[in-house]
Amino acid sequence: MDKFDFIEMKVPAKAEYVGVVRLSISGIANRMGFTYEDIEDLKVAISEAITNAVDHAYSEEDNGEITVGFGVYENRLEVMVADHGGSFNLNQIKGGIGPYKNSEPVENLREGGFGLFLIDALMDKVEINNNYGVIVLMTKYLNEAEVGLDDDQISTRQ
Amino acid sequence: MNLKVDVAEENEKSIVSLIGEIDAYTAPQLKESLLPLTRIDNQLVEVDLEDVNYMDSTGLGVFISALKSTKENNSHLKLVNLQNRVLRLFKITGLDEIIDITTAIRGGNQNGQI
Repeated sequence: MDKFDFIEMKVPAKAEYVGVVRLSISGIANRMGFTYEDIEDLKVAISEAITNAVDHAYSEEDNGEITVGFGVYENRLEVMVADHGGSFNLNQIKGGIGPYKNSEPVENLREGGFGLFLIDALMDKVEINNNYGVIVLMTKYLNEAEVGLDDDQISTRQ
Repeated sequence: MNLKVDVAEENEKSIVSLIGEIDAYTAPQLKESLLPLTRIDNQLVEVDLEDVNYMDSTGLGVFISALKSTKENNSHLKLVNLQNRVLRLFKITGLDEIIDITTAIRGGNQNGQI
């Protein structure tokens, strides 16, 4: 097992804290030496995960908490976002993710549901665990060349 | 981590200037300002994103709502002066093909259609 530092924070499941977590990841990623572009990707990815958790918490009860964990490895950052409410319907979230087609009529455009698609696109590896609430685990490597630049952004690298 | 929304009216054109970040916290405020403008018949709603340094899917959602509203109300939505990071999200999602986006070409005076 690689050595790593672990940072954990809990925030109320409220939209106003999305920006706070974004600032935290920006600081951690900067400390690790990620490029400006990668830091921006990480900010969007973590915001999407937290926004999903917040939306879910609102639909259940108003006083939920979100746990965010950062695993700081020598070659990568692992980010865990756990929503400790009940579980939301993963198939519903996963269904219909993907880029728009030019031919799609405007009336059919969906206003939400982009979150997971963007996380997939911006991170190197994404895993979702739906057993107890929803946990999103996403990884970004420090050296992009290591995971290759193929179109499939979900790496199976261990 | 806030968003400032300024609206200037010019005949049949509304210019919406945004300063700050668009995320789950600020998107509802943007939607509230933007949607009524798109409900004006024949209105051109131009959104200036020059000073938006962060946006995520919640922002995309607001612009999709606004676009739908323009189709229902015979108005037009145009996004201008997007920063590269923000533009990138429209490209990844394919929305740049659907929404009218004009971004300034670096070092030139013309506007380039993306």
